[in-house]
This record gives sequence, C-alpha cells and structure tokens, in this order.
Amino acid sequence: MGQIVQYVESYLSSDKTPGAAGNMFWALVYIMLVFAGLSVAVIAMNWLERKILAHMQVRLGPMRVGPHGLLQPIADAIKLLLKEDIMPAEADGFVFWMAPLIVVLAAFTVFVVVPFGPTHAITDMNIGILFMLGVSSLSVLGIVMAGWASNSHYPLIGALRSSAQMVSYEVAMGLAVVSAILMTSLGSKDGTLSMIEIVRRQQEQGVWFIFKFFPLGLIAFFIFAVAMVAETNRAPFDLAEAESELTAGFHTEYSGFRWSLFFLAEYFAMIAVSSIAVTLWLGGWLQPFPNLLSGTPWDQIFSFFPGITFLFLAAMCFYNTVRMPKHPLFRIQTIGLAGFGVILGLIGLVLFIPAVSTRIQDIFWFSAKVAGFMYLYIWYRGTFPRYRFDQLMQMGWKVLLPMGLGVLIGTGAIGLRFEIWHQLVVPLWHWL
Amino acid sequence: MTPVATPFFFYLLSGIMLIGGILVITRKNPVHSALALIVTLLAQASIYLMLYAPFVAGVQIILYAGGIMVLFLFVIMLVSVERSMKERQFNSQWVVGMIAATALGGLFIAVYTKGTSIFPDHALSIVEDNNTQEVAKLLYGQYMFAFEIASLLLLVAIIGAVVMAKKRI
Repeated sequence: MGQIVQYVESYLSSDKTPGAAGNMFWALVYIMLVFAGLSVAVIAMNWLERKILAHMQVRLGPMRVGPHGLLQPIADAIKLLLKEDIMPAEADGFVFWMAPLIVVLAAFTVFVVVPFGPTHAITDMNIGILFMLGVSSLSVLGIVMAGWASNSHYPLIGALRSSAQMVSYEVAMGLAVVSAILMTSLGSKDGTLSMIEIVRRQQEQGVWFIFKFFPLGLIAFFIFAVAMVAETNRAPFDLAEAESELTAGFHTEYSGFRWSLFFLAEYFAMIAVSSIAVTLWLGGWLQPFPNLLSGTPWDQIFSFFPGITFLFLAAMCFYNTVRMPKHPLFRIQTIGLAGFGVILGLIGLVLFIPAVSTRIQDIFWFSAKVAGFMYLYIWYRGTFPRYRFDQLMQMGWKVLLPMGLGVLIGTGAIGLRFEIWHQLVVPLWHWL
Repeated sequence: MTPVATPFFFYLLSGIMLIGGILVITRKNPVHSALALIVTLLAQASIYLMLYAPFVAGVQIILYAGGIMVLFLFVIMLVSVERSMKERQFNSQWVVGMIAATALGGLFIAVYTKGTSIFPDHALSIVEDNNTQEVAKLLYGQYMFAFEIASLLLLVAIIGAVVMAKKRI
C-alpha cells in the first residue's frame, strides 16, 4: 500500500507528460480521466445549453426532472439508450454502422495532444496542431458516410452541405493557424507545432498571441473563431442539420444510441476546436496576463480562483435550495439540491489546499477559457439567424480566405521587419 | 523507449494496405471502394509514423484522408451508384496486364536481391523530436527552387480550373 502511494506521489511530482515519460499505465489513466472529464462536460453542457438558451428566449427551460431540471441530461441519456435502434431497410448496413463510430473516434482522438497543463496532457507530439487538424478533419468522412448510407434524400443533402462547408472553412482555419505558428518562431528560434511548446513560447515572449502584432493576432483569432463554428456545424452555420429545411440533416435516419454518438461527437468536437483556439491565441493553461499581473500578491489571488468558483456554485445551490417550493412533494428535490451544494462546496474547500491548488491551477485556467468558448457557442445559437448556403460559401471563400492570406503575409512581414528595413528600405532611401 | 519500427508493425500495416488496395478494385460499389482507399491511406500514414516521419504522416492524413477523399466521396455520391453497379468491372486486356505485372514483379525481385547495395544501410539521422523543423529546413533551404516550381504548377492548375469552370470571367 505504501509503495503504491509512493508511486502515485512520485508521478504527481513529475514534470513530464505520460507520453514523454513513456509510461503506458499513466497514459491510460490520463486517457480515462480525460474521457470522464469530457463526458461530464458534455452532460453539463447539455443542461447549460438548454437552460441558457431558454433564459435568452425568456423561457424557463427544463424544470421538471430534478431541481431546475438538473437531472434532465441523465433522463435524456436513459431515454436514448432504451430507444429502439432503427436502420432503414434500404440502408447500406456496414457503412451505416461505421459512420457514428468514425465521427466519435475522430472527435475523441484529438484530445491525445490537448495540453491541459505543462504536464497534464496525454502526450506531446512534434506535430501536435497538425495532428489535431488532421484527425478532426476525418470526422467529415463519418458525416458523409452517414448521409450516404441512410439512402434518403435529406441526409444526403445534409452530408453534401456539411462536407462542402467543412472543406471550405478548413482552408481559412489553416491559414489562421499558420499565422499563429509563425509567431512561435520569433526570437531566433525554430517554430514549433507542438501544443505544449506553443504555450511555452507565449510565456517566453510575455504575450498571448491574440495581442501580438496588434491587430494581426486578433484578426487571425477572429478568422479561427468564425471558422471553428462552421467546422463544428453549429448555429449560425448549422446548414448541415437545418431542421426547418432538412429535418435533421445527415443524422435524420439515426436513432437511439447511434444518434447519441453523433451528439457526443458534436460536443467533443466543439471542445476540441475551442482547445485549439485557447492553446494558440489565449495562452493555454497560463493564468490571465502573466506579464502584467505576476508576482506574490497576484499569484496568491489567482491561486484562490478554482476554489472560489466552486464555492460560488455551491452558494448558488444553497440560494436555490432556500427558494425551492415548500410543498412536501418537493422535499426530496430540495434535499438533493442541498446535497449537491455540499459536494460542490467540499470540492471548493479541497481546492484551497496549496498543494492541490498549485497542481490544479493550469487545468482550471484551461477549462475556464474553454468554457468561455462554450458559452459563446450557446450565445451564437441564441442570437444569430442561420446563414443561407451561398452566403456561407461567400463568407468562407471571399471574406475569410483573403483575410487569412493577408494576416499570414502581414505576420511574416512584421516578423521579418528588421531584415526588410535593413536590406530594402534603408538602401532605397540612400539611393533616392 | 522501445522502438516502434518492428517487423510486426510493418507486416501488420502493409497487410492492411494490401487488403485495402485489393478491396478498392474488387468492390462493385464505388463508395465502398473509396472507403477501402481511405483505409489504405491511413495505414500508409501509420507506416510513415513508424518510420519516425510524423510530419509526413500528419500531412498524409490531413490532405489525402481528410481532403482529397472527401472530394472523391462527394463526386461519387452525386453520380448514380445503381448504374455503375451494372457496369463491367474488369476489362480483359491480358497482354498489357501480363507485361505490366511482369515488369513490376521483376522490379520487386531486383530490389529484393540487390536491396542492400541500392539503399543506405542505416536510417537518416533526422530524429523524431524536431522532424517538422528539419523538413522545413530542407524544403525552404536546399530544395527551395524545386518547391517553388511545384507550387507554381499548382497555381497554374488552379487558374486552369477556374478558366474551365467559368464561362465569363
């Protein structure tokens, strides 16, 4: 027993990712932790999306299952698992069966390189960002397969729209990513594609890439932020599953567990692209503005944030416990909500322990930034009307692509500005 | 760390590639052929990965499996699958086929017997840790001219496609 504790402790104080250390066991543990964390995030996201969207439209949203509908995602999951799994008679069985698997595998595999912290990644690859973009582009294959194998018109149209959309926005997305990667090569160093190294470079250069070469970093980030919504087929670019035109697009014929795999993959993909954006432009796991707000008081204050967040959630629970209806029928729900608040509060208190908070700090900041993007996704869905398909294509090819090229050239030019100044402008000036 | 470039993985991946390649030409349904081709391309990417060339593997996945094959599927789905199912799958040009197969087989035998003198007897010294950077240095340093010529060729192809597709520019 003592040996096991010692082994775990020796691992927790390691400064390498399990992949870099070559430790298969810890890599497996990390994979399971990431998968569990993502699943919890998807459940929370499901509830939050319905709730926030409802409040944006001045509705209540789910209120019946559990206090404030907190158990609604679980009820939904049970419903989906118990639902009959239907395959259309004329469908291509094997392809129909493979499509959701490919989508969900592609969406989850990218998390192998997502850096939740300098040591909190499953592994770090030399081609990190390329791997993420490549594997996530495989998910379009699954969508196309699903649409074709259903042997029905709406899914086929949905799949065609989706693949056209994803292929076109991948170009603009790639250009924005390349301009951020160019920024890593400043300061007479080789550039890097490794996710952990990209964040380290932002730390070394003392600036998040969104603020670098203002406004070039900001424009590149904007291009990526638009392209990533299109890439994940979310509103206002959700033409692939536009319910008023195509019922549900490529997954019209899917039901039960297979449909829930598509649902899971959509949210995994949203978290994955948000992680790319956070890593490339928003400083990954770094706490806010390490170049300005560092030193003893600020580090101390920021180390309280994880605990305070959970205590705030606990306080919200208790506040709503008091506001629950006083009818005897609501007793179990009231007690459950109070218990949930107690659990959240205890987690918050544990996070105040200095040893825990230093270890958890990076994961917290990374997740907080990703959560910001998740909120943006819901916000877009609540506010923007859906694009028409020609408008979508116009935006991708005629607005974002030229902008991306311009930003790429501008980043390269400013990066080389001293060379340009000394080799071109100064001689020209003398010559004139 | 133990090396991954073991014979076991090589035979596994090349086996997958061969099966995928055979499926591509024997399936009657073009969509199934395209999917088998994707399997082949992914196995090929894995072989690059096994040979410590992660950058080439990543580019293989993002370009071929994620980009070009999507366009393949896109086109196949728009043509009628029923008609292509009825078409004859193999043509019987035995003479040409025999000559091609003999030439390829002879090449394989020649490489197998004289392989040690043709190929370098050790791996290149590019290590896995900075593979991408080394590729970049070669492409933009030593082989700059060839690289730019290739990109010019692609540009010509793009302009040609636009000219052919659009009646009025």
